[in-house]
Amino acid sequence: MTVRLPAPLRTPIGQAALAFAVAIALPFIGHNGGFTNFLADAGAFVLLALGLNIVVGFAGLLDLGYAAFFAIGSYAFAMLASPQFGIHLPFWVLLFVASGIAAVFGILLGAPTLRLRGDYLAIVTLGFGEIVPQTFLNLAQWTGGPNGIGSLDQPTIGSYKFGFDALPYYFMVLGLIALAVWLANNMRASRLGRAWMAIREDELAAAHMGINTTATKLAAFAMGASFSGLAGCALASKLQLVSPDQFGFNVSVFILAMLVLGGMGNIPGVIVGSLILSALERFILPQGTNFLHGLGFTSVDLSNSRFLIYGVILVMMMLFRPEGLIPSRQRKAELHAADDDATVAAHEQTLYTEAVR
Amino acid sequence: MDVFLQQLINGLSLGGIYALIALGYTMVYGIIELINFAHGDVYTLGTFFSLAILTLLGVTGVVTGPALILVVAVTIIGAMILCGLTGVIIERLAYRRLRNAPKLAPLITAIGMSFILENLMLYWRGPSPVSFPAVIPNPDVVLGSVTIQAKQIMVILLAIVLMLVLQVFVYNTKLGKAMRATAQDKDAAQLMGININTTIALTFLIGSALAGAAGFVSGVYYGSTWFLNGFAAGLKAFTAAVLGGIGNLAGAMLGGFLIGLTEAMTTQFISDQWSNVVVFTVLVLVLIFRPSGLLGESLPNKV
Repeated sequence: MTVRLPAPLRTPIGQAALAFAVAIALPFIGHNGGFTNFLADAGAFVLLALGLNIVVGFAGLLDLGYAAFFAIGSYAFAMLASPQFGIHLPFWVLLFVASGIAAVFGILLGAPTLRLRGDYLAIVTLGFGEIVPQTFLNLAQWTGGPNGIGSLDQPTIGSYKFGFDALPYYFMVLGLIALAVWLANNMRASRLGRAWMAIREDELAAAHMGINTTATKLAAFAMGASFSGLAGCALASKLQLVSPDQFGFNVSVFILAMLVLGGMGNIPGVIVGSLILSALERFILPQGTNFLHGLGFTSVDLSNSRFLIYGVILVMMMLFRPEGLIPSRQRKAELHAADDDATVAAHEQTLYTEAVR
Repeated sequence: MDVFLQQLINGLSLGGIYALIALGYTMVYGIIELINFAHGDVYTLGTFFSLAILTLLGVTGVVTGPALILVVAVTIIGAMILCGLTGVIIERLAYRRLRNAPKLAPLITAIGMSFILENLMLYWRGPSPVSFPAVIPNPDVVLGSVTIQAKQIMVILLAIVLMLVLQVFVYNTKLGKAMRATAQDKDAAQLMGININTTIALTFLIGSALAGAAGFVSGVYYGSTWFLNGFAAGLKAFTAAVLGGIGNLAGAMLGGFLIGLTEAMTTQFISDQWSNVVVFTVLVLVLIFRPSGLLGESLPNKV
């Protein structure tokens, strides 16, 4: 027996609207500040995952330093909206300024390196991801060094100040996610998006089809980085603080694991993967630890194992389900090309045998 | 000038460590075109294995006389065997299945392996730096105003000896020939009767064993290590491999020494904080202006 959804929910737009409505209702179900706080943070990571998805999922470029762009966006916001330099630009302007700055750095890093083979790109972005937080740490006279920059401006709408409650931040992040999903979805179907996927599948063939591969890859880098600028502003204004230790390699891998778990290249998959890992970090590991303590294993703290778990997720998913939990059809076909060849061959063999008979 | 000469010595000894790690990157890349991100962590593991062996031997400080040679030999060989086996296990469990998968898959798996190794080391030895006994006695050689420590001589000598052995192995033995054939064309090599699974496993064994030796050396050299030590060192060693020309053994050695010198000079003349930034800039510059490296030949894209 199959459950048939009502007609409006059978379309992707209907499903997206339903998901959005549920997301709006979520903080009112719990009436719990901690839960709303979690939702706002998790939402910022959904934004990051959507951005990285453009680079890794759509264009197939392994960016291991994505947190660097997140750092650049956050610091750009922090420097232009805090007592650090006495500059206080309006939040809503900075949202776009910061994502623009992050995008420019995406291009600056990408321009010299994107002509290289994919695996060199991985190591260069890895290095970049190391260098950026370190540079922010070293340039203490501008960035506050290890303490970072604090008392950042809070967003306002008219006379309404966002304050310290997580709820308005959550709704803002939700709005940004809606924007990001709309952008990413439209881009995927556009000429640019199809060029990204062509490059992902075979760069040489794509170049021969007349795609300017360098410009196309740069566009992916810039778009991905600009999403992280949005997330940077949202999270920095909520936390009221940026500091270099928020942007380490662990963060880049955390976001990559979200993509790998959910399904690279597939927007709903990426969102689900991101929410699962955020929930794992915030609820499942602490609860699991409590459970184990209850059973008598008092020395176990699962929260220390979270990076081990990300590593295991990356390896296991790549070995056993490279298309992710919720794959896009195209990506699945690509990753299982070898199986498909075998299937096709078997099918042709059957046809041949039947024809001969 | 004296400062410069002193840093030259320091740089060469640092470079010896990087060169040993870089060989593993370059060998694995040469044969299966994979940046083995877990390699830096195998190197850290080498330091921890050496530490465990020294503890078993009951060594906690300086050893003198003939016992020194025995202790050093046993520890290095032990660390090399254990690291070599770790490398083979990683290849068997994670990379072998993905040999024909799209490029992204083994790279992501390698990142995952690196995380797994780092966190296993975190469980094993905790989050803070662990001190390593100063095994080598310290009769410094003083030449004018430049001091060369005994451990620096050991690092440089050991690196050179291991590299020469490797060079002879790869270019003058049948197994080495099989490795070079597999690197050139796996299918053709297989048709010539070479067992490519064994050959690739052997490559991981040797590369990881060299990282194990580097691990011991770095323990002696720095006097401590911690579970994330291999991350930055791995990045620098990879830079060394690219600088020398990836896939090229002599290039990896040259690149290792050059990166070591760069780091020592940066530390002396700019600032310790910026050494990572400078090394990374070198990587980007090499990739832009001479992606085939100093000694590498440029290869056309394979279809």
